[in-house]
This record gives sequence, structure tokens and C-alpha cells, in this order.
Amino acid sequence: MTDNTDTAGEAPTRRRSRTGLLFALLPVAAFVVIGVFLFRGLSLDPSEIYSVLINKPAPAFDLAPLPGKDNGLASSDLTQPVQLVNVFASWCVACRVEHPLLMELKRNGTVPIHGLNYKDQPQAALNWLRNFGDPYDRIGSDLNGRVGIDFGVYGVPETFIVNGEGVIVRKITGPITPQILQKELLPLIAEMQK
Amino acid sequence: MAPELGQYALVLAILVATVQAIVPQIGAYRRDAAWMGVAPVAARAQFLLVLFAFGCLMTSFIASDFSVVNVFENSHSLKPLIYKISGVWGNHEGSLLLWILILTLFGAAVAQFGQNLPPTLQARVLSVQAMIGVGFLAFILFTSNPFARLDPAPFEGAGLNPLLQDPALAIHPPFLYLGYVGLSVAFSFAVAALIEGRVDPAWARWVRPWTLAAWCCLTAGIALGSYWAYYELGWGGWWFWDPVENASFMPWLAATALLHSSIVVEKRDALKSWTVLLAILAFSLSLLGTFLVRSGVLNSVHAFASDPARGVFILAFLVFVVGGSLTLYAIRAPSLKGGGLFRPISREGTLVLNNLLLSTACFTVLLGTLYPLFLDAVAEEKVSVGPPYFNAVFVPLMTPLIAALAIGPMLAWKRGDLAGVMGRLKFVAAIAVLVGLGMAWYAWNVMPLAVLGFALVAWLALGVVREWAERVRLFRWDIVDSWRRATGLPRASYGMSMAHLGVALTVFGITASEAWQEEKQVFMRPGDVQTVSDFELTFVGAERLPGPNYSALAGTFAVTRNGQPVTILQPEARTFTNPPMETTEAAIRTTLAGDLYTVVGEGDGQGGYAVRLYYKPMVIWIWLGTLAMMIGGMISLSDRRHRIGAPARKQADTAGRDRDSGALAAAGAGD
Amino acid sequence: MRPKRQRLLIVITGLVFIGAAIGFALFALNEELDVFRSPSQVADEGFPEGKRFRVGGLVEDGSVSSAGIVTTFRVTDGANSLTISYNKILPDLFREGQGVIALGTLNAGGTFEAQEVLAKHDENYMPPEVADALKKSGHFKPEGGDS
Repeated sequence: MTDNTDTAGEAPTRRRSRTGLLFALLPVAAFVVIGVFLFRGLSLDPSEIYSVLINKPAPAFDLAPLPGKDNGLASSDLTQPVQLVNVFASWCVACRVEHPLLMELKRNGTVPIHGLNYKDQPQAALNWLRNFGDPYDRIGSDLNGRVGIDFGVYGVPETFIVNGEGVIVRKITGPITPQILQKELLPLIAEMQK
Repeated sequence: MAPELGQYALVLAILVATVQAIVPQIGAYRRDAAWMGVAPVAARAQFLLVLFAFGCLMTSFIASDFSVVNVFENSHSLKPLIYKISGVWGNHEGSLLLWILILTLFGAAVAQFGQNLPPTLQARVLSVQAMIGVGFLAFILFTSNPFARLDPAPFEGAGLNPLLQDPALAIHPPFLYLGYVGLSVAFSFAVAALIEGRVDPAWARWVRPWTLAAWCCLTAGIALGSYWAYYELGWGGWWFWDPVENASFMPWLAATALLHSSIVVEKRDALKSWTVLLAILAFSLSLLGTFLVRSGVLNSVHAFASDPARGVFILAFLVFVVGGSLTLYAIRAPSLKGGGLFRPISREGTLVLNNLLLSTACFTVLLGTLYPLFLDAVAEEKVSVGPPYFNAVFVPLMTPLIAALAIGPMLAWKRGDLAGVMGRLKFVAAIAVLVGLGMAWYAWNVMPLAVLGFALVAWLALGVVREWAERVRLFRWDIVDSWRRATGLPRASYGMSMAHLGVALTVFGITASEAWQEEKQVFMRPGDVQTVSDFELTFVGAERLPGPNYSALAGTFAVTRNGQPVTILQPEARTFTNPPMETTEAAIRTTLAGDLYTVVGEGDGQGGYAVRLYYKPMVIWIWLGTLAMMIGGMISLSDRRHRIGAPARKQADTAGRDRDSGALAAAGAGD
Repeated sequence: MRPKRQRLLIVITGLVFIGAAIGFALFALNEELDVFRSPSQVADEGFPEGKRFRVGGLVEDGSVSSAGIVTTFRVTDGANSLTISYNKILPDLFREGQGVIALGTLNAGGTFEAQEVLAKHDENYMPPEVADALKKSGHFKPEGGDS
């Protein structure tokens, strides 16, 4: 459209070139506005909306262990000042991503981690743990996902941070990344362990 | 070994790209032939390196090397070979690599076919192209390495998502990317022209073939995606107006506008700064689409599907490319010399109208796509903008576009004779009105919009034929002469007619299938009969069948018409276990007259099954229309005058740009 | 100057046209926008009867009953729940305890009459393209109430 303000063969007057510039600036200006919103959009955390369970007691449950193991998981096991309940499954690719971090936490003895094996075939879960290592103190086998529903699990993996009173303090949706671990998880755990 | 080599090649490629971005740019500034000469060599080297890296990744996929994270996450040793290959781009990292491969392919093509471009222009184009390359190579190397290793290596892969195991979806992304990335060439040409400060008809002739090629691929990609959604998703819908689709539709609208406005630059040396802006916007919208899809900003993918670092990177890159080029535009565009003036009633006048409508349409799609994001950021309100909005704005915009589409090609450049054209179109108009009246009588209570739709289809389709008849003087001179004229018409003119006819076919398909679709959602027991359109569907029964990596509930319908057996349809509902997921395999009987579409759902445990039955008249014409548009584009591309490299020769022998003011030549120019 | 005036005319026509188109688009946007509400928000603040919106939550255990093709169920967000009725075939993944999002209107009796019900699809990482395809096939990726 700016073309219409250009002229053919006429010497452009100052006024006209100024309107020309104004037209020419329009696209950049529009883009700046869009860019600001896009940036804002990046930092919006879509998982915040499902925070119904935060600061509420973890739901009551009692799950059997994986076959061949003897430590199942029940709500009464959540007695440490702070512990993680990690929802995982052998079919979950993203779980594989966060797994080394959990192993590291286990090695360092930072915090007890419990596993909620979600809608998984027990044998597949056992193979998975054998292949990649077992970071969990206790594992509850949630075959039909009932307990997952009580926890409001929307996807795997998810990690719940539970305090000594069995109250869910925080929930991490998706795999724990090194950043989340350093910036959020470790400070929170240190504070709760005080 | 292959993954490491591939990564090494990518590192080398980014170095080459950096050199290619800087050296030729300086060379062009200093008019130094040696420095400029770096560009074509570097462009070819960059392409070969990325091709090698891509080959490495493909080798890993074919060999099922699960020590590569990407292969583990997206492949499985038991998958058919074609899906092992398509698995390469069925994920974020691999699709990014494909994107870069195509980008460098276009760069190498500019080096190869652009040998007769002015050296400074070619150097600058390749330099800009390399800047884009550096950005994407950095993106892949720093945030999305496709060659990352896993230790210890798993025994078996996680498998490609079942929904992706489909032939149409296997070839859909490459086409889409060819389109997106093809627009980068037009973008590079635009930025190079801004740096040079010169936009002339020759520039438009160089840009056009690239835009046309990109447009064809984009059309094919969108059509494939839409057809896939139609037969795979089980709702009979083919367009949903969601962010991923809009992300590809916006560049398409902009590219279509660009295709038409560059004709005005070429023929009339006008509309130049607008055309340059369109070239920038078309590629910017491709990038924006990539950002929207990859960052998860709009798509509301699960938080872990998108890494925030990736979003930040693409946004930064977007700001650099789009912000940078638009700023350059703001500085340089006012000084671009405008061309000839023109009247509203002329060929270029209708092309401006075309641009106005297409860019407004593009803007409304952008608005609808980004609005949820705006509202979320401003008011923290979660909203969704659905098809009703898009339908409401698109019909009023497309109606005048199609109406003008029949008139535009018949108007002469500079000073059109609207009365004369309308005079020649009076029979076409009369038939369109008759069709409208007939439809009003027949279909008003079904869908009033169908009346408008069919009248427009008649108007456009006959208008295209009329325009062709005009060019070959059909029935006016003797038939031999008409034949001679018909064979003498430039291919570009046939391409245009074909593409415009394609629009008519698509609108026809949309209107007919929307107006007379029949839908039944019912429970059926074995032996039950339902009538859809004039077909009787007898539900024979359903049974569980084992598949290679799923179990399927297969229903069987015996289809008869007037008691005569027509066909057997066997839709399936498949349940996959790893990962747990269900997909629908609709059974469709496709004919030119309409599709019979059946889906089987869950049973009630007592022999009854929920089924969906649709009859969609003429629905296949939607895709036949897009096919015609694409073929039209390709015919036009094959025109001698559009062949890459041809412009320079032509420029040499024709100095005047208005040589085509004669009737036949003007007709030839109209595409 | 004739050409100058003509140019002005074109610019003005163009601007008026674009202005009108954008105005209409914004109007349509306002009309056709679907906001998201959780059952608790509906319980606390209510929602105008007959205006379309989306509601999401988990299907309450034991709340699903069907009469022919019409299904009635309740969705809950843990605190409150809302009764939904739907007269089409539910998506494959619809079951008790599953996350769903419904699009529709409240009727006079306070029941949500759904025009569209999406069930949450599988709980795994996937590329956005797949997530998008799944969404269209009647499943949604569970996030932010956005379908």
C-alpha cells in the first residue's frame, strides 16, 4: 500500500516522504507488539491452572509393590520432612529424560524418592528399572491409574513434593530438567529440611 | 560413528554459513568479485554438509541405532522401512534438520541457477540466505541436537506415534517445509533488493519462479495435511482452523498475494515496496508459524513437549530476522522509486484488490490465531477461537475475491474497459444468476450460503473458460486459427486458468459437502440397517482382530443402493499399547459424486456398537481443486519465460517493459 | 493534479476497506469467543444461560448414565462438579476418571448441554503436530484448559 505514496518521476516532497516513512514503519511497529505478546506467552505457565491439590493433603492410597519387590507405597509412608512422589511409566519417553537426575538425587541421598508406576505392565517396569537403575525407595504399582486420578495426574512424568504432614507442597509437570532441579527443587527441599 | 560424523558436518556447516553470510556481503559492498565469488561455492558446500548430516541421521534410523536418543524416542526395530525413514522428520530435532536441508538446498539452487543474476544481487541474496542458515544451525546445535547419544543404549525404541504411521503424513512435512523454506528465497531477494536499493521488473522476474515453486509445494503440503485429517481423524472434517493449520495457511495467503503483486512489478513497475513487504511478510509468517508450533505457546502442548529454551531461541531469531528486515524496510522502502500510476479499473487494479483481500484475510487469521494469547497475557482469561469466527470473516472476504477473479484476467493493463469486459461476461453472469436462482429454489432451506457458493462457482469456472475463449478467438475467427492461437498461448496463461479453475473446484467441493452432508451417530446391532443418502448400510457385526502392534475392533458394513450391492466397508478402531493410544481408521468409499464415510466406535457390551455414518457429496473436489491449483502453478513454472535464468536473457533483448500492450501479448502476461 | 487525487482515492478506499474488515473481524471475534471455566468457577460465579463456553475437569466416578445415545455425567475439579449432558457419541477415551473438556451452554436447569466433548488422550510426550492431530480427533492435550 505504501507504494501509493511513492511517486513516479516526481521529486518527492518532504511531507510525502514523511508519510512514506510512517507507512513503512507500520509493519515494524505491529511486529514489536506481536513480539511482546509472544514473549509474554512463553513465560505463561499453563500448568498453573491445575493447582487444586497444592497445599492439600495427598489423597489416601495403599498400593502393592511391583512383583518380586516388597516395598509398596501407601499414603502412610509419606512421613519424612520432605519426599518426592514421582509418577513414571516404562512407556513414557520423557521419564527416560529425567531419570538420570533422579538417579543422581538417589546417589547423593538428597531426598527420598517414591515411585508411582502409572498404568504400566509390572514386568515392563521391572525391566526398565533393571536397565536404567532404580532411584526409588518405594514403588507403588498403580495398574489401572486410580491413584493417579486421585492425584490429578494429567501426564507422565509428574513429580509431587510432599511434606512431613503428607501435604502436597508443589507439583512439577513434565520431566525434571537440570534447571528446575537447581532453581526450584533443591532450594525448596533444603528449606523444607531445615 | 555416523552420529558423530553428522554432528561434525553440522558444525562445519555453521562455519561455512557464517563465512557465507559475511564475506559476500562485504564483497558486494566493495564490488570485489573474489569476495562475492565465495557465496556460490559456500552455498554448495553448506548444502553438501547438511545433506551429509541428514544422511547420517537417516542411517541411524534405518539401522535402528537406539544409542541415539532421537532414534530411541521415535523409532522401533519392527517398523516398516518407510516409517523408519519418515521417523527422521516425525520429531522436533529431525524435522528441524529437514528444514535446514531444504534451506541449504534452495541456497545451492540459487547458486546454481542464478548464475546470470547481477553478481552483487546474487552475493547479497546468498548472504541473507546464509544468515537464516546460521540461525537455524545454531538452533539445532545448541538446543535440539538430533545426534545426542544415550548411554547405556536401550534394546528397543519407544516407537513412532501410531498417528504418524501414515503415508500421507510421511510425505506431508517435506512438502510443507519446501513451501515454508522456499519463501526464504523470496525473502532473501527482498532483503538483498532493499540493501541494493533497487527493485525493478527484472527483480520481480527473478523472484517469481521461486515464489511459484514454494507456493506449489505449500499448496501440496496443506492439501495433504487436510486430506490426512479427513480420512484419519474419524470426524469427516478436513479443516479445523487450529494453530498448526493456520500456521501453514497464513504464509500461503501471503505467498498467493505475493505471486500476484509481483506480476504488477514485472509488468508495470509499480507496487514495488508493497511487493517487497509481502515477500518479507510471507517468510516471516512461516517463521512465526514455526515458532507457534514449536514453542507450544498456543498449541497448549504439555509443558514438557516444549523446552522453554527453544521457544526463547526461536523468538530471539524471529526478532532478529523479522524485526531486522522490517526495520531495513522502514529505512529503505520510502526511497524506492515508485512506478507508474494506475487506474482502479485495470488489470493491475484488480490485482491490487486481490492483494487487499488476501492480506486482510491473512490478517484476520493471524488475529484469530493470536487472540487467545493476547487475552491470556492481558486478562489471564483462557479462551479459544473456533471455526465460527473464521467462517464468519472468510466468507465476506472470499466472495468479492472470487467475483473479481473472473473479471481481472480479462481487463487490459493500465486502462481497462470494465463495460466491455462485462459485456463479454454477460452470458457467464446470466448463467451464474440462473444457477443462483435454481439453487435458491432447491437449497435455500438447506443452506442459504450454498446459493451464493454455487453462483460464484459457476461465475468463476465459466469466466475462466470465457477468458480462454477470448484469447483464442473461439467461434469468432475460424477454428483453425483458434487452434493455432490456443497452441501459441504461453504456458503461464494456461497455468493461470488451471489454478483459477482449481479455486472454483475447491469452492464447489466445500459448498456441496457442507450443504448436503448427512450425518448419523447411532448405536447399531448386527443386522441393523441405516439409510444414508440413497445407500442402505447393513451392520454385519464387529470383531476384535490382532494387528502387528495393536488390537483392532473391526466393524463390517454391507452397503447397497436400491437393493444392489455396492461395496463392503470395514472401519476399525485400533488400540495401541505402547504407548497406550487409540486411533480410528475410517472406511471411506470415495467417488466423484460423494464419499460414504463410516467409523466404528465402542460397543455397549451387548453386541451394539456406536457408529458414525456420513455422506459427504462432492467432498473429493476440494482436493482435486487444490491439485488443479498446484498443477496450474507447475505449468506456469514450466513457462519458458519463468524458467530460472531466463529473465536475464529476456532483459537483454527487450528493453521496453510495455511491449506487451498488444492484445495477444497482454493476454499471455496474465497469470 | 488528477493522478495525485486518484492515488489518494485508492489509499483512502484501501484504508476504509481494511478498517471495515478489521472492525468486522474484531466484532466476530467477540461474538465467537469461547471462554474456559472450571466447575468451581461456574459454581461460584455462575455463567449466563445460553452463552457458549468450555468447561473441563475429570469425569466423576459413578456419574455416567446413558439413555440411548444421550449420556449424562458430571465433571469435577476436585472441589465442585457440574452436570453435563451430551447427545452424540463420546470419544473413544471417554471414561470415568478421565479428563474431558466440553463445549456447550448452560440450560435453565443448570445442566451443561454439550455440543462437543473432548477426552484427554494418552499421557506421553509427543510432537506438537501429533498433539494437534489428536486434539482434532476428539482428544485433547491436558493443559491450561485450552483444547
